[in-house]
Amino acid sequence: MIVVENLHKSFDNAEVLKGVSFRVERGETLALIGRSGYGKSVLLKHIAGLIQPDDGRVLVDDKDIFHIREKELLALRNRMGFLFQSGALFDSMTIFENIAFPLNEKTNLNKKEIKEKVFYELEQVGLLGSEDKYPSQVSGGMVKRASLARALIEKPGIMLFDEPTTGLDPLTGHSILRLINSRRQMVNFTGIIITHQIPQVFDIVDKIAMLHKGVIIAMGTPDEIKASEDPTVSQFISCETGEPFKEFEKESDIVRRVRRMKEVHIK
Amino acid sequence: MVDMIRKLGGAALRSLKKTGRMGIFFSKALLYCVTPPLKFPLLLRQIQFIGFQSLSVILLTGAFTGMVLAYQGFNTLSRFGSDAFLGPLVGLSLIKEMGPVISALMVTGRAGSSITAQIGIMRISEQIDAIELMGLNPYRYLIVPNILAAVICMPLLTAVFDVVGIFGGYLIGGKLLGVGAGTYFGEMTNYVEIKDVAEGLFKSLNFGIIISWVCCFKGYYTGHYTGFGAEGVSTATTQAVVLSSVLILIWDYFLTSTLF
Repeated sequence: MIVVENLHKSFDNAEVLKGVSFRVERGETLALIGRSGYGKSVLLKHIAGLIQPDDGRVLVDDKDIFHIREKELLALRNRMGFLFQSGALFDSMTIFENIAFPLNEKTNLNKKEIKEKVFYELEQVGLLGSEDKYPSQVSGGMVKRASLARALIEKPGIMLFDEPTTGLDPLTGHSILRLINSRRQMVNFTGIIITHQIPQVFDIVDKIAMLHKGVIIAMGTPDEIKASEDPTVSQFISCETGEPFKEFEKESDIVRRVRRMKEVHIK
Repeated sequence: MVDMIRKLGGAALRSLKKTGRMGIFFSKALLYCVTPPLKFPLLLRQIQFIGFQSLSVILLTGAFTGMVLAYQGFNTLSRFGSDAFLGPLVGLSLIKEMGPVISALMVTGRAGSSITAQIGIMRISEQIDAIELMGLNPYRYLIVPNILAAVICMPLLTAVFDVVGIFGGYLIGGKLLGVGAGTYFGEMTNYVEIKDVAEGLFKSLNFGIIISWVCCFKGYYTGHYTGFGAEGVSTATTQAVVLSSVLILIWDYFLTSTLF
């Protein structure tokens, strides 16, 4: 279960999160939608404990992620998987070594067992035959799939996906979402997905939340969101361009710039 | 005026914060160095990288440093008719000062810069975040192996530098300038004591800690104190080399003036 309460975060006086609150029940999957540069990735990194908030709290399985000991945080992260927007594969390792890394480091499995598990994951994500290649030798879609395999190999109870489909062609993006959905049915994780893959994402999640101007302006089931009369929400999901976004363009540019400046967050 | 004072104060506070962060980073790294688990294969890889791969540059610079010392030393000593003391001059200069300092500067340039760049690229491409989010401690993978490897390798590299430098000095002093081998090595063994060797090796151990600490810190905090992307990594690398080199020279003075 993930609970976000009144989360505030500013970077150089630009307030990115202005009191974000929502809740994701155990086994539920939430899609976080909203315009680029409005703080969705920043929010996800708060949930993973990578960024400290100015105010507010995040509870993951009833534990306040910012007020637990390092040991507890490591234990919590052992139950958590994170798919980075960039993939974040180790560039000095092959695809096989990347996927095997968590098992090599955290389990007592022997080489044969690890190999079996890695090849099972490779098959699931359609990367059999690419295991000996390095991340720089494969396409962006393959990097995302390998990263997904690495994140899911330990069957985490909580999965956070930071734009798993961004930068991919629509077909590959759709196939990644299908892959996430099939793995979700197998592993039954609690998940949050940041994506712009609308409306395909509506078919694979339980809830949708829209982050706009630093707050959640709408949250509900996919049907409720589709039926929303809020002009910002309806405009976003129907991909129309109109007044509500134009008025925020200037602010969004500032946030994007700040986000780029502060992409690296170290406690 | 108030604005200027505010800016100065802000800069001072930032420097203080950065120094404090460097201290905390070092304390955490030391703690993880002495507590298990140690990633032994990574330590071996870094010993190979910092130690073995630096050998060629150490051999080359050691030989030429010894040769230059012999030339300059002979010119000076012969003015006083003391050219028999060329061996002790070369030996003591190399063992106490030039060996530890020059080999540390060489390792900073060759291995330190590379460590900063590697960790910096891992930071900006979120690979360090990925390690953290797997529930693993990045210090144990990226920092501890480098610090331990530098501590192990620096005294060994310095010893190699000293030996090659002494033979380089003999090549010039003995073979070219006519100082006999017996005089060169005999006087050297008379004047160079074991504590001089220990002093030099202790210095090099300190320099190993400085190099690995500064270079790892600069890489780990790439993007925090520098710009982003390639420019950020490049700035962090430059800062790491400059700061390590300056700290080596300052710490060398401090050690020489207070301890020896």
